[in-house]
Formats: sequence, structure tokens, C-alpha cells
Amino acid sequence: WKCPDETVHGSKADIISTVEFNHTGELLATGDKGGRVVIFQREQESKNQLHRRGEYNVYSTFQSHEPEFDYLKSLEIEEKINKIRWLPQQNAAYFLLSTNDKTVKLWKVSERDKRPEGYNLKDEDGRLRDPATITTLRVPVLRPMDLMVEATPRRVFANAHTYHINSISVNSDYETYMSADDLRINLWNFEITNQSFNIVDIKPANMEELTEVITAAEFHPLHCNTFVYSSSKGTIRLCDMRASALCDRHTKFFEEPEDPSNRSFFSEIISSISDVKFSHSGRYIMTRDYLTVKVWDLNMENRPIETYQVHDYLRSKLCSLYENDCIFDKFECVWNGSDSVIMTGSYNNFFRMFDRNTKRDVTLEASRENSKPRAILKPRKVCVGGKRRKDEISVDSLDFSKKILHTAWHPSENIIAVAATNNLYIFQDKVN
Amino acid sequence: MWEEDSSQKHLLDTMFARGIKRKCFDGEEDIESTLAGFKAIPSYNLQRQSLLDMSLIKLQLCHMLVEPNLCRSVLIANTVRQIQEEMTQDGTWQVINAQNTGQASLDRLVSSDILCRSTKEQSDGKLIPSYSSFSKDFEDIQSQDIISDLSTVTSVQASRNPQGNVWEMENPPENRGNFQKSLDQIFETLENKNPNSVEDLFSDVDNSYYDLDTVLTGMMSNTKMGHCDVLESFSSQTTTNSNSNCKSDINELDHIVEILVES
Repeated sequence: WKCPDETVHGSKADIISTVEFNHTGELLATGDKGGRVVIFQREQESKNQLHRRGEYNVYSTFQSHEPEFDYLKSLEIEEKINKIRWLPQQNAAYFLLSTNDKTVKLWKVSERDKRPEGYNLKDEDGRLRDPATITTLRVPVLRPMDLMVEATPRRVFANAHTYHINSISVNSDYETYMSADDLRINLWNFEITNQSFNIVDIKPANMEELTEVITAAEFHPLHCNTFVYSSSKGTIRLCDMRASALCDRHTKFFEEPEDPSNRSFFSEIISSISDVKFSHSGRYIMTRDYLTVKVWDLNMENRPIETYQVHDYLRSKLCSLYENDCIFDKFECVWNGSDSVIMTGSYNNFFRMFDRNTKRDVTLEASRENSKPRAILKPRKVCVGGKRRKDEISVDSLDFSKKILHTAWHPSENIIAVAATNNLYIFQDKVN
Repeated sequence: MWEEDSSQKHLLDTMFARGIKRKCFDGEEDIESTLAGFKAIPSYNLQRQSLLDMSLIKLQLCHMLVEPNLCRSVLIANTVRQIQEEMTQDGTWQVINAQNTGQASLDRLVSSDILCRSTKEQSDGKLIPSYSSFSKDFEDIQSQDIISDLSTVTSVQASRNPQGNVWEMENPPENRGNFQKSLDQIFETLENKNPNSVEDLFSDVDNSYYDLDTVLTGMMSNTKMGHCDVLESFSSQTTTNSNSNCKSDINELDHIVEILVES
């Protein structure tokens, strides 16, 4: 893995809170804590530079969400973008959904590279002409102009969530999508903003009985009636919308029995699932909890088929991580295009990749020192105890403020985007 | 913070990482064996208590301007329940009728601690979140119930001893019954950080509940002011405490207090 010629940073920007490639991989969107969306576009590979990989350059930047104040609760609503999801491209324009804690917005990103000139009623500056001075009529013509990329909000889906939205997912029918908060999941039609269907509601009648929340949700990539949602108790429920209007009763329930030898007061917290992702094939789901990534076969509910240790050396540090709140960090996980490799982040700007076929794994670091152009990333290793080798880093030296929560993998190529606090790193795999 | 208390935390980490679960002592009435058990593993109890304290502090709602994370709160609350269950089984937590009860008493037990800590906070001059337990979902709101909670808490608080280790105290059943607050309140408070702006809630409420004391402790009644005016003033004023994060407008408060005192 190496850095292409130019590492893309968001240097002055806020902390990046979400990263997502579009369906072709041509565009890469990031959302940040300041409510901004930055879209990068891959350079077209030109004939002159056959071996030069396409780099990602800034394509469009816009303010998606503004901070709001909820007057009824006297609370601020953060403008932080929690998730971005692209719609498949259907015409020249690009569409994406971006959401903060309360409101989902559909944005249209379109290019303008021509402008009309030669109006009759106004001159080139836009000032109105005095009709008395017009003696001839002409037909306006379109002339080329510098490329301008504009983003316009096309729909605003608001006031449907009492709790904080943690996930959005576009349905494979491309007509609907879902938004999930801590206790409820709503189904929307893209065309209708003043209504949504509530399809999951786990709020207890008596809030005193609340012991579990929804942590993530996603539609099946192929079956438009199927979706999954994960919980803070480490369970995944698969629901079929054909079964009933309110999908409170799951079709499948995925849970791994607890290992009694590992039981502690933190067992439940570290079992809380922070992310759930379907494989591209739709056959598997991957879940991320605090210490592991698990792959589940949809046909087997009683345990995952694969479990990967992300940073097991933290198991003995759980109390400290509880005290400094790191134990509540929500790491995401991603599949590569062929579902053969999975990737997730860790601390100290480390991120991990697991090859499901070879069972090999690697730890890499996203840092400025490693990211000189064309520099090849060196695998990193954390030493747990005993003698520390030269290149290894000891557990106690890890920087827990440098966490990689958000990563993305190009849909078909080995290009990854890694968000490290307020910097975005893009790495490519040199196949040849 | 990561480096500083490493030795103490290391002990905590080791203790908890190994998943040591203390066996139930046979017969909670056997005090001697309980004491012997204590002597045998004193540090575990201490560490567990420390974890409990840490968790309860985390659950305390500081006066943030942003709603706290519900997932985190639920996880911490579940941890607290777990510790309480274990402490109940160990007999380190003397509670009346502990053996016959299930979930309900645990919640009351949790609530009692929250209340006591809230009382401590009040004596420090901070606003008590437990007064403000209003659900955002208006269809769920039963204003009369909540108002009765308020008056109940006000009266109970006067009789309660905020000092000392709550878990060791034997609270009379009457007081215990009066503890309406529970984790429920924490979650409802999490939904609605501050009661000040819930004007609709008070629109049909008996005004006699809102005396000067309630006002001065931060509960602002909208019924005595025009609704629009109140909404305007509350947009800039959140609480009456001195938390630097809150945009408190002391002049507004004085003005409101004047009006209420005069009427």
C-alpha cells in the first residue's frame, strides 16, 4: 500500500466524521464536524500518463448542515455530519444523502460548464436593459465557461427523529431509504419529505426499562425488503418488511453466546456493535464491536463464521478506557469490492486489514511521516509485553486521541480512504 | 490522564479483565463470614465501588448544551445495575426486601443514589437534573404525574440525609416509595435537558406548585408570563447555575423573579 503522488488533507478543516465513495468510485465524499461536505473527484487518467494513477482532487465543497437550536429542549443540535450515502447515478448529476443528528438532506451536485450569452432584456452583467434601446433581437447562445460545480439541497427530511440519527441507508429500489436513531427506524420515500413510515420502534413504554439501543442499520444490497440493525447488546436483527408494517419482530436474530471466561463488568459495553455492513454479495454481514470484527453468514444465527481481533491488547486496559470514555468510541468497518478483505480502524492512527482467504492481517499507520508521495506503508506492530523490538510500539505508548473511526474502500479497486481526525489519507495498492 | 494514575488503573484493569466474579456468600445473615470475605478480598470491593462511583459520575448530567449520547448512557446504566446486582448478592449492600425484588427495587436503589448525589450538587449550587424529567414526546406526557413528582421530590429532599454512603443506609420504606426518580428520569432527562422551555407542559397546570423556592432552584414557570415573552427569554437562558458553558442571563432571571414575587 502506498500513497499516491499527493496526499489529500483537510488541514484547517474540522474533524472528519464520515467518508464514503460513490458507486463507481469516481467520487469520494467526506463530512465533518462543522457540517461541511467535501467531495473529491478522481482525475481521469490521461493518455499521456498511462501509469499514473488517478488522484483525487477537491471537486465540490458545501455547507450541508448548520448548527441549530432546539427551543423546546434548550439544546443545541450539532451540525456534525454523521453519515453520507450516495445514490446511484441516474443522470449527469450526482445525488447524496447527508445527515446530522436530526435532519437528513438530499443534495444534488451538478456541473455547469456552459452559460448562455446574448440575452435581449439584460446585458452581460445582468443589468436590465432599457427596452426602448433594443432595436434587434438575437437568440442567446451557450458558450463554454470555467467548470462550476454547484450543490443544491433538493429535499430536507426533518422532524422525524426524537433521538440521534446514527445511520442512513439507501434501498436497492432507489426509491426509498431508511434513517435510524437510537430507538427507531424510519422509512422514507425520496419524493416525500413530510412523512415517513416507522418500521422499527424499540422504545419501551416505560423508559425505566430501557436497556438496549439501536446502534446501526443497513438495507440488504440486493433485496429491497430486507434490512438489518445492530444493538448495544451485541445482537443483530434481520427484518423483512413484507412480514408486517412495523418490523418489531425480527426474521432472524444473530447473537454469539458469551464466553464465560472473559466475563467482566465491561463485557456488555465491549460487545456493543458500533457498525454493521452487508457484504457486496449480500450473503454476509460484518459487525464491529470494541475489540473485534466479526463476519456472519446470514444463514447461521447462533455465531459468526469469522472473528478477527483488532486490538486485543486493550482487553487488559478496559477500565482505563472506560474512565477516559474511549471504550465508547464507535469504529466503523468496510469490505473491499470483492468481499475478500475487511478493514477497520484502531488507535494511534493505526488501521487494520484482514484477508479472509489467506487469514493474514496487517496493521498500517496513517500519519504524515509515512505519507510522503509514493512512500510505501510499512506494517506496524504493537508489542504487548516483554521485549519490545525496534520497530514495535508498546501498548502504553499508544496515542488514544488519534483514533481512526472512519474508513472507506473503493468499490472495485484497491484504493482506500482513511480519516485520521482532521486529515484524510488516500492510499492505493500497487498491484504490479 | 492516561499516564497519571496508571498504577491504580492497572490494578483495576487486571482485576476486571480477569473477570473475577465473587461468589455469593451463603446466607446473608452470616455477618461474620461476610466480614471474613471482606477481609479476604478487600481491594476487589474497593475497586468495584470505585467503578460504581465512576459510573454514577458519568451518568450525572453536566450542563452541556448538547444532548448526551443515549447509547453511552444506557451502557453505563447497565453497568451500574450489574454492579448493584452483584453487591446485593454479596450482601455488601444492605437493602430492605432485597431478596424479594427484581428490577423494580434495583431501579429505586439506583434512583436513591442519583437523588442523593443530586442533593449534594444542589448544595453546591448547581441545578439538579432530576427535577427536570420531561419527555419530549408530548403524547406521553402526563403533566399531572410529573408535577406530583416534583412536589414529592421537594418534600423528600428536605427529609433526606445527603451525607454518608447511601448504600449502607436503611431508608424507611415510605421514603423509598417516594423515590419516583429512577433511571427512567435519567433517560427522560437525557431526552430533555432542561425543563425551562417546556411551556406547553405548564399551560394547564395548577400554579400553586410553583412557589419561589422552585423558581430559585431553576424551575421557571411559564404560566405567569406571556408565552411568547418567555420563549424569547429562554432562548438565551438555559439554567441558573454558574456553569461557564451555559448562556445564563442573570438579568433575565432577576426580572422574572421580581415578577413572580410581586404576583
